[in-house]
Amino acid sequence: MSITIQNLNKQFGTYKALDNINLEVNSGELLALLGPSGCGKTSLLRIIGGMELADSGSLLFHGEDIQQRDARERNVGFVFQHYALFRHMTVFENVAFGLRVKPKKERHNEAEIKRRVHELLNLVQLDFLADRYPSQLSGGQRQRIALARALAVEPKILLLDEPFGALDAQVRKELRRWLRRLHNDLHITSIFVTHDQEEALEVADRVVVMNKGKIEQVGTPDEVYATPATPFVYQFIGNVNLFHSRDHAPWSDEHGDAVAYVRPHDIDISRVAQDETALAVEVKLVRAIGSIVRVEVAADGSSEFIEIELSRERFDSSPLLEGDKVFIRPRQFRVFEAEAI
Amino acid sequence: MSRFKAHTVLPGFNLALGFTVLYLSLIVLIPLSSLFFKTAELGFGGFWDVVTSDRVVASLRVTFVTSFIAAGINAFFGIIVAWVLIRYTFPGKRIIDALVDLPFALPTAVAGITLATIYAPNGLIGQYFAAHDIKIAYTPIGIVVALTFIGLPFVVRTVQPVLVDVEAEVEEAAASLGAGRWDVFRRIIFPAIFPAVLAGFAMALARAIGEYGSVIFIAGNMPYISEIAPLLIVAKLEQYDYAGATAIAIAMLVISFALLLFINGLQWWSSRKGGR
Repeated sequence: MSITIQNLNKQFGTYKALDNINLEVNSGELLALLGPSGCGKTSLLRIIGGMELADSGSLLFHGEDIQQRDARERNVGFVFQHYALFRHMTVFENVAFGLRVKPKKERHNEAEIKRRVHELLNLVQLDFLADRYPSQLSGGQRQRIALARALAVEPKILLLDEPFGALDAQVRKELRRWLRRLHNDLHITSIFVTHDQEEALEVADRVVVMNKGKIEQVGTPDEVYATPATPFVYQFIGNVNLFHSRDHAPWSDEHGDAVAYVRPHDIDISRVAQDETALAVEVKLVRAIGSIVRVEVAADGSSEFIEIELSRERFDSSPLLEGDKVFIRPRQFRVFEAEAI
Repeated sequence: MSRFKAHTVLPGFNLALGFTVLYLSLIVLIPLSSLFFKTAELGFGGFWDVVTSDRVVASLRVTFVTSFIAAGINAFFGIIVAWVLIRYTFPGKRIIDALVDLPFALPTAVAGITLATIYAPNGLIGQYFAAHDIKIAYTPIGIVVALTFIGLPFVVRTVQPVLVDVEAEVEEAAASLGAGRWDVFRRIIFPAIFPAVLAGFAMALARAIGEYGSVIFIAGNMPYISEIAPLLIVAKLEQYDYAGATAIAIAMLVISFALLLFINGLQWWSSRKGGR
């Protein structure tokens, strides 16, 4: 089911949580709402889910305005960061909940409920935990149960609020791959909120980058990473070095007062000046981190560090030591007017 | 001894346990056991005659039945009061919150006299009931009113913290799964607060069973009808029948203990079921 959001506004007191949001979510896609905390992403998700009301604007599911319907009539599955499982119920009863509270006419008989719940528990690969209580499960297992519970009512839309936020790194990684595979099988229109750019880029079909209640950019993970639309997106997704035109004129000469944004892996290092735009720097720090080597350099007399990432292979072919005098030059950069920042 | 100590890293176990035993002995065990020694003067036959006499049985029945009803009423309305105080914000909320504890602070005799005046057939509230031939003061209904009054804070105060713990998220999750308000209460909230309701019920019940001051003013104290067991104990004391008084006390003690044990068991069972 597609979702259309038009001119949506939401204000909490004097704080504008959502500022004129327009967004189209395609049927069957997995969309990430990405942004720093307080950017309005969770408010947007809760408004779609019916837990919060927008001040103005329209919200359409498949072309139909649903703002007057409350959460239980929207047929939306919601997964919370802290699971929100019913702790006095077994895993089985948690998943069965949505089926048991259906109106009498639509309710399945006990055998059918049992069949469906076990089917869902198999889907999340936790059927063997059916008789346990939530407190006896690990965080990752609880979140998978929460997902199975949300899927039990066969929602047309699945909303996930920082679903992996409370889990440790290893489990988080595993679960997001699993979520991606699951989405490939089920094709439910899904929106998940995250502040973790890696998570958004890895899992989502499209990413919506938000900041201060506004949408900064909508695009595929590749688009938002390779061609950020705004300085904010540049800085939020991936690391970036800033070069002010007044200090490094050759790199951003076409503008008066401008800033060039350069990714750490888009910088070449050489022992001899590549051309007249090359910048003479001194190596301050060398750190090997897994498959990459991070080199921090500073121009003569400058205290601002420039971060450079090299592949280990490349680094090994011409190793650097702290204190070496070298030249750097960007392979790729993007210039923004200073006032746009 | 060393077997217990091996399991704890907290210091001061011996001192703390010693203090606990001494304290409970001085305050609870010695006074209560002296009851048994005093009663022993009667011998078992004498004891049995006292506690099975018609008037004593009737008073015990009045005491326990009214206490049970009062604690039940408090459980029901206590949930509502706790709910309102936790889930809503409104002007004067803090005042209402403070009001709940008032029955603790008031001398019970004052409560009894006030209630008796108001609920008497010519009283402020009693007159409306009297118009429908319902008598509240000087009947067992009056006893229930007094016991409800003094037991009011228990359920409210035990349920409040547990209700705070039921996150709004859990209710939202239930709503997104299609549950209506009643389903949310019945299936999510009530099971979560049930152990606390039981605990509050048990305390209100225990308090009501032992209550004397407020009841005697409103009860009318008619033997076999509205005479409570504590009153009978006082009556026996006034006649210098100490052994008879302690005999009734022991009967109350044993019944109360059995009841509380049962409720605690129920509470343990229900919270275990909650997987906590």
